[in-house]
Amino acid sequence: MKEWHDFLGEKWKETINVEDFILNNYKEYTGDDSFLVGPTEKTLKVWEKIEQLQKEELEKGILDVETNIISGIDNFAPGYIDQENEVIVGLQTDAPLKRIVNPYGGMRMVHSALEAYGYTLNPEIDKHFSEYRKTHNQGVFDAYTPEIRRARSAGLLTGLPDAYGRGRIIGDYRRIALYGIDLLIQCKEIDLSNLVGDMTSTLIRLREEVREQINALNEIKSMAMKYGYDISKPASNAKEAVQWLYFGYLAAIKENNGAAMSLGRTSTFLDIYIERDLADGTLDETGAQELIDQFIIKLRIARHLRTPEYNELFAGDPTWVTESIGGMTNDGRSLVTKNSFRYLHTLVNLKPAPEPNLTVLWSENLPEAFKKFCTKTSIETDAIQYENDDIMRPIYGDDYAIACCVSAMKVGKQMQYFGARVNIAKCLLYAINGGIDEHKKTVVVDGIPKIEDEYLDYEKTKEAYFNVIEKVAKIYVDAMNIIHYMHDKYAYEKGQMALHDTIVERLMAFGAAGLSVAADSLSAIKYAKVKPIRDENGIAIDFEIEGDFPKYGNDNDDVDQIAVEIVKKVITELKKHPLYRNAKHTLSILTITSNVVYGKKTGATPDGRKDGVPFAPGANPMHGRDTSGALASLNSVAKIPYKGVCQDGISNTFSIVPDALGKSEEERITNLAEILDGYFKQGAHHLNVNVFNRETLIDAMDHPEKYPSLTIRVSGYAVNFNRLSREQQEEVISRTFHESR
Amino acid sequence: MNQDNKGYINSIETMGLVDGPGIRFVVFMQGCPLRCLFCHNPETWQKESNFQLSPRELVNKILKYKNYFSKTGGVTFSGGEPLMQPEFLIETLKLCKEYEIHTCLDTSGVGNGDYDELLKYTDLVLYDVKALTADGYHKMTGGKIDASLKFLDACQKHHTKLWIRQVIVPGINDTEEYILELKEYLKGVQNIEKVELLPYHTMGIEKYEELNMKYRLAGVPAMDKERCHKLYELLMQD
Repeated sequence: MKEWHDFLGEKWKETINVEDFILNNYKEYTGDDSFLVGPTEKTLKVWEKIEQLQKEELEKGILDVETNIISGIDNFAPGYIDQENEVIVGLQTDAPLKRIVNPYGGMRMVHSALEAYGYTLNPEIDKHFSEYRKTHNQGVFDAYTPEIRRARSAGLLTGLPDAYGRGRIIGDYRRIALYGIDLLIQCKEIDLSNLVGDMTSTLIRLREEVREQINALNEIKSMAMKYGYDISKPASNAKEAVQWLYFGYLAAIKENNGAAMSLGRTSTFLDIYIERDLADGTLDETGAQELIDQFIIKLRIARHLRTPEYNELFAGDPTWVTESIGGMTNDGRSLVTKNSFRYLHTLVNLKPAPEPNLTVLWSENLPEAFKKFCTKTSIETDAIQYENDDIMRPIYGDDYAIACCVSAMKVGKQMQYFGARVNIAKCLLYAINGGIDEHKKTVVVDGIPKIEDEYLDYEKTKEAYFNVIEKVAKIYVDAMNIIHYMHDKYAYEKGQMALHDTIVERLMAFGAAGLSVAADSLSAIKYAKVKPIRDENGIAIDFEIEGDFPKYGNDNDDVDQIAVEIVKKVITELKKHPLYRNAKHTLSILTITSNVVYGKKTGATPDGRKDGVPFAPGANPMHGRDTSGALASLNSVAKIPYKGVCQDGISNTFSIVPDALGKSEEERITNLAEILDGYFKQGAHHLNVNVFNRETLIDAMDHPEKYPSLTIRVSGYAVNFNRLSREQQEEVISRTFHESR
Repeated sequence: MNQDNKGYINSIETMGLVDGPGIRFVVFMQGCPLRCLFCHNPETWQKESNFQLSPRELVNKILKYKNYFSKTGGVTFSGGEPLMQPEFLIETLKLCKEYEIHTCLDTSGVGNGDYDELLKYTDLVLYDVKALTADGYHKMTGGKIDASLKFLDACQKHHTKLWIRQVIVPGINDTEEYILELKEYLKGVQNIEKVELLPYHTMGIEKYEELNMKYRLAGVPAMDKERCHKLYELLMQD
């Protein structure tokens, strides 16, 4: 094909294989950031408009919502921000920041979100979904067991995607640029014709899905055509490549309102097109940066209609447009290109912002100049997260990407069934209280005897705790299987799945919250004396602790190994139960900002944490308990095993004051790179880095207008500090800041 | 010295980024013969502490952080005054070198001898110049400058790499005059890799209150960082 001129390699021309295309054509860049340029006039004009609209949006809650049309790939008229200055085009609806109603996930969420912001749905649409057809949410609740309902309402299982889109699926949007829609349709047609045999439910479902995927590809083509682009053929230059790829992503966020709608791993892929144009002389560096800046602007304005409660859980309207940058190839080259730099440089050109969720896949062997550029940008913007390529690559190969915050998957070959999290600190209270919820005072988990001893015995409590985990694992798996069965049935992501292989591998990602609280509690019971204070019903509502005990976060194996034992127990129990569509069990230790709400819903715990106090986020040590210095804290988290145990990710958020990181800028940049090297060399998985003073945050809390783009990393993603609730802001400020002595 | 050659340690910082090059495991040793006016670690003055480790125990802890040291980082012995426990220090330094860990001493130079042996295993010394005259030294630290210079001589003999550090205290040595004297003085010292002027800060005051001790620089403001930098520029001018 003429669009492929100068591209090397054969395999990717015979079958759909973007990885092979990249490996044959990308040009590793080992130099520094001196080639980077600022934003163009056009970019600045478009961005200024968005900044203005975002200000209005923040004041009103949402800017606007389309109430006469529902979600769908090709349902909306084309929309623009500033047409003459937009280099990359395409909006979710016909106007920027105007949100979509997606009723397929559930009507309850739609109604309460619209009501909260003062909108009403077109009654005709309402009627369709309340009278004529069913939604995912209804299907799930029809099938839920009483045990699941109890666990859900007690806050034992929280954040289950049973009322809206599940997300965490990454379409391989690059395929559209590389192959064009027509070739993709042809391949799917061939796949469909090969899906023959006994028509069992498995085969019938797959045949129906592939037909849906083909429909979706046609819709994407039609949607692009409305913007004046014919994407039936491959992209023939860099601008088209960015645009084609973006149309794929745009289709995904027009069709779905998934919790996390991640982008994948696109920077090095696009660099191949940019390099070809640069060599041809049809593009210069300014033009290249303009393409990326304008693309990133589009990613920054993706929106979903959510309830205010959802925003309380996950602060600040997150969409998790995660983009994975860097990493290594299986044969030892780094996948860093100039375009990896350009993506990160948007944080300077367009000021820091939480989206897209820029994620650097860190390897010890990344080029030094790139490492330094990353840490420099981290120090300036607090908007980057790091994940360990050296432990993920052996499992996922060299063309995986991160969905949401920490979830790795092979692009276009694996998808994930996302599954919220179980509160493992609460599980411990159930072990002590005989399965009765300490707040609701009702039985949530059956068949657990109450512990009535004056002082808690370690072995006995641990046995009871593990017994609870066994029972909860079953409830959790049941809930997840039901949810994903119904989501496939009522809210299938045909557009995203069209950009996957037809035979796709499925991961089911469970999660756990409250790890440090659970580990410290067991440590207190083991190494100090813990006496429950019981109410008139015999429910422990507080604990008296006599003596000191080792705390997670100080590189002390006495307690760190308890944390390891807990996560191993959780995954072992989950794996005992079979999963829908033969998915593979994975587990994450990740809370995002929900650690605040989890804490609120959990009574006092044996580690001395009081009723309602926030948990530490993700796998972080509890605030203020990691007193042996930053590296001891990092070392504790690094012990939580990734492979086969927490293979959906282990999130750690690290805050340090600038002065403690080094005396000069140069020292800070180098030191941070060395911290990352050291941390990841020990097999750790993830690190969010924040470099700022506590005083800055306190000032920002009282004077938000002074810090319009203050971005901080929380567990797994970045937020604009001003969009956090007061409670969340206070929790962030109470976290351990590593200072120099 | 106790039987197992255990060292008295005040505390450990696993991530020191301001006491020597790169990422450093900092051991704050217990005990100091000086009483510097600006001292912000008064809890390290007395000779003994409850926290004791043998050289092997300490090195095992250090090794857990070796991954972070890369090419530049390592261990820094600070304090207190590390030179007060030479036997323990020598054995610990020796072990560190066996594991190829970069070693650094943060010291005033006033210690208990055995410097020749000790410097064999020391890669870098952060040498704290307190004052330039015997009188000034005594006023600033309560100690004798000769004791400190004895250690500096040993460093010179061993060609030990030096980072010179000088705390700048308003009203005491924050003058151009002093900086020029310091500059002149340093011309006579070999193997200087770096000079750091550390602006006096008041973060130690709370510790004195907690320990019920008199703070002798009460009323002296923290050193202005910009002015300190100006003095540094003057010091570095050719």
